[in-house]
Amino acid sequence: MSAGLVMVIAPGFFTNGPVHVAIAIGGSAALVSAAVGVFIVMRGQSFAGHALADISSAGGSAAVLFGIRPLFGFLAMAALGAGGMEIIGARRVRERDLVTGIVLGAGLGLTALFLYLDVTSTSATGAAASVMFGSMFAIPPSTIPLVIGVGIIALLASGLLYRPLLLISLDPDLAASRGVSVRWIGLLHLLALALAVSLSAMTIGAILATALLIGPAASALHVARRPGSAILIAALIGLIATWGGILLAYDSFTWTPGHGWPVSFFVVVIIFAFYLVAVSAGRALARDRAVRAGG
Amino acid sequence: MDDESGVLAVERLSVSIGGRAVLTDVDFQLVQGAFCGLIGANGSGKTTLLRTILGLIRPENGSVRIGAGPGRGSVGYVPQKIQFDPLMPLRARDVVALGLDGHRFGLPLPSACRRAAVEEMLVAVDASGFADRRIGDLSGGQQQRVMIAHALIRRPRLLLLDEPLANLDIRSVAEVVALLRRLSDEHRITVLLSAHDMNPLLPVMDRIVYLANGGAVSGEVQDVVRGSVLSRLYGYHIDVIRVHGRILVVASGVTEAFDSYIESEPVHVARIP
Amino acid sequence: MFSGFMINTWVVASIVAATAGLVGFFVVVRGASFAAHALPLSTFPGAAAAALLGVNEIGGLIVFAGFGVIGIHLLGRRGRPEVATALILVLLLALGTLFLSQTREYSQSVYALLFGQVLGVGAADIGPVAVISVLAAAATLVLFRPLLLSSMSSELAHARGVSDRRIDLGFLAILALASSVALPVVGALLAFSLTVGPASAARGLTDRPAVAAALSVAISLVTIWGAIALSYVTDWPVGSFVGVGGAIAYGIGRFRVRFRRMCSAIEA
Repeated sequence: MSAGLVMVIAPGFFTNGPVHVAIAIGGSAALVSAAVGVFIVMRGQSFAGHALADISSAGGSAAVLFGIRPLFGFLAMAALGAGGMEIIGARRVRERDLVTGIVLGAGLGLTALFLYLDVTSTSATGAAASVMFGSMFAIPPSTIPLVIGVGIIALLASGLLYRPLLLISLDPDLAASRGVSVRWIGLLHLLALALAVSLSAMTIGAILATALLIGPAASALHVARRPGSAILIAALIGLIATWGGILLAYDSFTWTPGHGWPVSFFVVVIIFAFYLVAVSAGRALARDRAVRAGG
Repeated sequence: MDDESGVLAVERLSVSIGGRAVLTDVDFQLVQGAFCGLIGANGSGKTTLLRTILGLIRPENGSVRIGAGPGRGSVGYVPQKIQFDPLMPLRARDVVALGLDGHRFGLPLPSACRRAAVEEMLVAVDASGFADRRIGDLSGGQQQRVMIAHALIRRPRLLLLDEPLANLDIRSVAEVVALLRRLSDEHRITVLLSAHDMNPLLPVMDRIVYLANGGAVSGEVQDVVRGSVLSRLYGYHIDVIRVHGRILVVASGVTEAFDSYIESEPVHVARIP
Repeated sequence: MFSGFMINTWVVASIVAATAGLVGFFVVVRGASFAAHALPLSTFPGAAAAALLGVNEIGGLIVFAGFGVIGIHLLGRRGRPEVATALILVLLLALGTLFLSQTREYSQSVYALLFGQVLGVGAADIGPVAVISVLAAAATLVLFRPLLLSSMSSELAHARGVSDRRIDLGFLAILALASSVALPVVGALLAFSLTVGPASAARGLTDRPAVAAALSVAISLVTIWGAIALSYVTDWPVGSFVGVGGAIAYGIGRFRVRFRRMCSAIEA
């Protein structure tokens, strides 16, 4: 029995320092992403979410260049990106996507520049990989209180925005007539998104943060009936994916001796698997409900 | 098609969408040059019927036969309001040209013949004034005229329009209706257009197909739009009220004996002094 | 700037940019921005796998671009299309990082693949790039009218016998081809800017579709030439200039449209 357990969980897992940090931070990222992501997916803003995540990489790479905490870099850039998209804004969906793409392109252009400067002017040779794909095991423990703080702010914001957001998702005009300031709420939501994205970016990298933001949320929406339960399910999936990913990455050190497989890889694969399951389960559930409703 | 002047024959057509029966045993014929209104409330199946005639939906039962002419080329179609992206680089002229060969592969070679056909259509729908403007910049009525030109440029015998008058202001409605009637007369085109309000079409309609409750009644307006006929169609007590040449179809809510009502004559309201 | 090995760079970059401009016209017209962003990124693991296995890079790029197209097309039909696009995209990226992690120069490769290493383009690359680009461009030209018709109204196109789904798949395939050749030059992340920026500028400058497509190609060429020249002079990456250049082009396009509207409003 214990031999089997050792196979799944490589020795030393629970006592490993970096692993503790990773679990704390990864867990926070998963929770925050679930709360914010559900609304992102419901409102059809997946591209915007993905774009913000990518844009934050410019901040992360700038942070390396100036020697400040990566989290602040990601955060600042994501907030700027959110503000930029909201200001330029466009009413039609197609045009909105185009604007998102253009801002994304400009942001990535900046990332390219900063990463280049990172490599040439500092000694941080692994900058590109860690900014874009994360370095979960290399996060200093001192970051934990900061991360938890950011996480709590993001969760509080989501809680506050919950009802107005629901109303707006139903119908923006209806919400406006009820006194909800659609523009401000939208902006605040984007800022909460920036928070979620920067947390994820730190752990699994800017490019893959999208997976944590959208995957669990989309999966949950296929099976849940109410946004509240969707958020809970998304949080659960996110936690399983991040902790599972950490575990597998740790184990992988013993598979290919010398270097392990990246955490981000496992996290994304687990999230994707959940999504596939959710899509089929969702269809079966929908059929079931239709039959029961007397179709 | 034996009858040379017959353009469209819908025979005992039944269509279901997602398990729900939308149309049941719909039956009517149109001859060349007929101007027919497809009238019914929202959700009565007008769009479904038009799309089935176009061949986009497969019916459960029954058939649609379109008079002699090469395949789909003999049917022109103006879909429900298209939302044009204001930034899309397409002029009104280009939209009409696409009606001619939008489905062809390869690059269009500039040809005088093509240009002439487009020009002729633009004149016919009175769109020469804004032919070179971006389609997204035009008003609803102007866009409608361009779409009609797009549908007619291949000289179809049958023209189908899905709610062309919805979302138009009163003046544009009158203009579009007059334009369609004129085109129908000049080029002997059979027109079948759907609407939920028959009144703008009363001056120009030869025939009417009235959809309700999944079924249809067709014929001339004065034969079809009667309380007895519509009540039988709806399965509910319906009154038809004529006031100053306008027709109002109302559910009466009066619990008269249903059977005797079906046999009675329509009500004419006397002139209000 | 125009010496020996730089000639290869100019030639390959021009071919790539011209194709991107043409394909980009339809990306903008059809509103396929997300797919245009996702597909180049999905070619990333192809390059990584090719580097790992030591095989031809372009082949790897196309294979994984194909996976991207199929994945997005199939998964997009079952759930929300934009969620499908996002998840396929990150899945393929994650695969890419896995492949790369098994090599020694992880970080170097990551940078090159994501942001391009236009100076690393060799004479041997010209052939394959030219062939694939011509293929993509030819396919776009052949499908020019059906693409235009279906972006105007998919219902109308359907009524005319133009299958919306097939056109969509066809266009995704074209986009995939154009993306795979763009990766070595501008990188997976910025190939998108070349397709979208110039095209969005072009549509603001003219009302006519054919002219807009041609302008899109022209602006794209100018953008890449400027970017290469600036990169040569400052030593900063080409991708930065492409990304910013694309944004400027878009801005010009929006401004132009508003300017023309104002003028016609004044005249009216």
